[in-house]
Amino acid sequence: MAKKQNVRVTVNGVQREMEVEPRLLLVHFIREKLGLTGTHVGCDTSNCGACTVVVDGKSVKSCTMFAIQADGSQLLTVEGLLKDGKLHPLQEGFKQEHGLQCGFCTPGMLMSAYALLQKNSQPSEQDIRWGISGNLCRCTGYQNIVKAVQYAADKLAHGGTQ
Amino acid sequence: MIPPSFEYLRPNTIPEAIAMLHQHGDAAKILSGGQSLIPMMKLRLARPAILIDINRISGLSHIKEESGYLKIGGLTREAELETSALVRSKYPILADTTHVIADPQVRNLATVGGNLAHGDPANDHPATMLALGAQVVANGPKGERVVPIEDFFLSLFTTALKPDEILTEIRVPIPPARSGGAYLKLERKVGDFATAAVAVQLTVDEQGACRNIGIALTNVGATPVKAKKAEDFLRGKKLDDAAIAQAAQLAADEAEPSADLRGPVEYKQGLVKELAKRALLQARERAGK
Repeated sequence: MAKKQNVRVTVNGVQREMEVEPRLLLVHFIREKLGLTGTHVGCDTSNCGACTVVVDGKSVKSCTMFAIQADGSQLLTVEGLLKDGKLHPLQEGFKQEHGLQCGFCTPGMLMSAYALLQKNSQPSEQDIRWGISGNLCRCTGYQNIVKAVQYAADKLAHGGTQ
Repeated sequence: MIPPSFEYLRPNTIPEAIAMLHQHGDAAKILSGGQSLIPMMKLRLARPAILIDINRISGLSHIKEESGYLKIGGLTREAELETSALVRSKYPILADTTHVIADPQVRNLATVGGNLAHGDPANDHPATMLALGAQVVANGPKGERVVPIEDFFLSLFTTALKPDEILTEIRVPIPPARSGGAYLKLERKVGDFATAAVAVQLTVDEQGACRNIGIALTNVGATPVKAKKAEDFLRGKKLDDAAIAQAAQLAADEAEPSADLRGPVEYKQGLVKELAKRALLQARERAGK
């Protein structure tokens, strides 16, 4: 086993630090070491996007990055979207617009949509479809996911928080 | 899937990284964006004993015009290329290319240098850089050397980079006036490798004759294919529809695709012909603007 190395990250605003094996993938670090199981392992081959988290403002597939690479970074996972007990407008949008059925892809969809809205607060339908093109959903046919992101964009534009 | 165990090194400078590569030789691999390497490690197709993470080295990430070249740092992310105003306005072929590489999350990490250094004929930048006549800057223990892209791809997953060299920059000659380019790819779904793709970069003179031409093909051979016969045919000719149709056929003849889950040989050759025609037409139109 290779020498363990120190990883220090800020996850959803909380600083965490531990020794990890270099081969530990970021998604396993998040789920198994930090206990944040909202981030899902889907295909494990960087196709499906269920493991998407935001690292220093950018959406990444956490199954295709080593935890050690995130040393010094700010991570945002789906658990970090809730603020003061209130759902993020994106989460509210998925609820209102029926943007999920089984819910397996939802955390990844939320994080991709979050990263999209950070860059483009008023996305067109095409922008949204492009923004979530790295995320697969096998239930919804995407229609309601697109509506959910539009709902969040509208809400944020009209004085919603975050 | 858990990748095999490895030792992790994180140099802060290029000389430090080269010294590490020099010391460890074939046992070491560079970790850049990791979007090809990590999946290969998970599948045990790659088992480097040491990974040298170059992501913290500064000065490897840039997109700028200088001394007649568009210079792209080896560590420049695909997403940076995709959103660059300079690339969008002046290098439509690069904007086309980066837009169809993998998906948004992968493009946030994947690097332009890695896309070339991986030596995968299914990757998209190799054909584009061949069409553009780019140069690759390799840094090693003996300093810097410049490799023309035509000499860079040696065989499947093998490039002209030596085990102790790092790809630090890609240099694309700034196209003269009346130039245009396009990259057209057919993929089964977002994120897939190309069934086939065609890159075209051309310059026309005032009479509409073809002055410079670069045509290259993705994923139809063991290395990226430069369609030299099609290029030779078009050079100096007026770019009318008939000449373009003939060049597209020549490009298809130069493709050496294998039958696989993306389709049989004849289909891929037909695809190259059609994509080459459309890419040439689009490049011609863009050159006219």
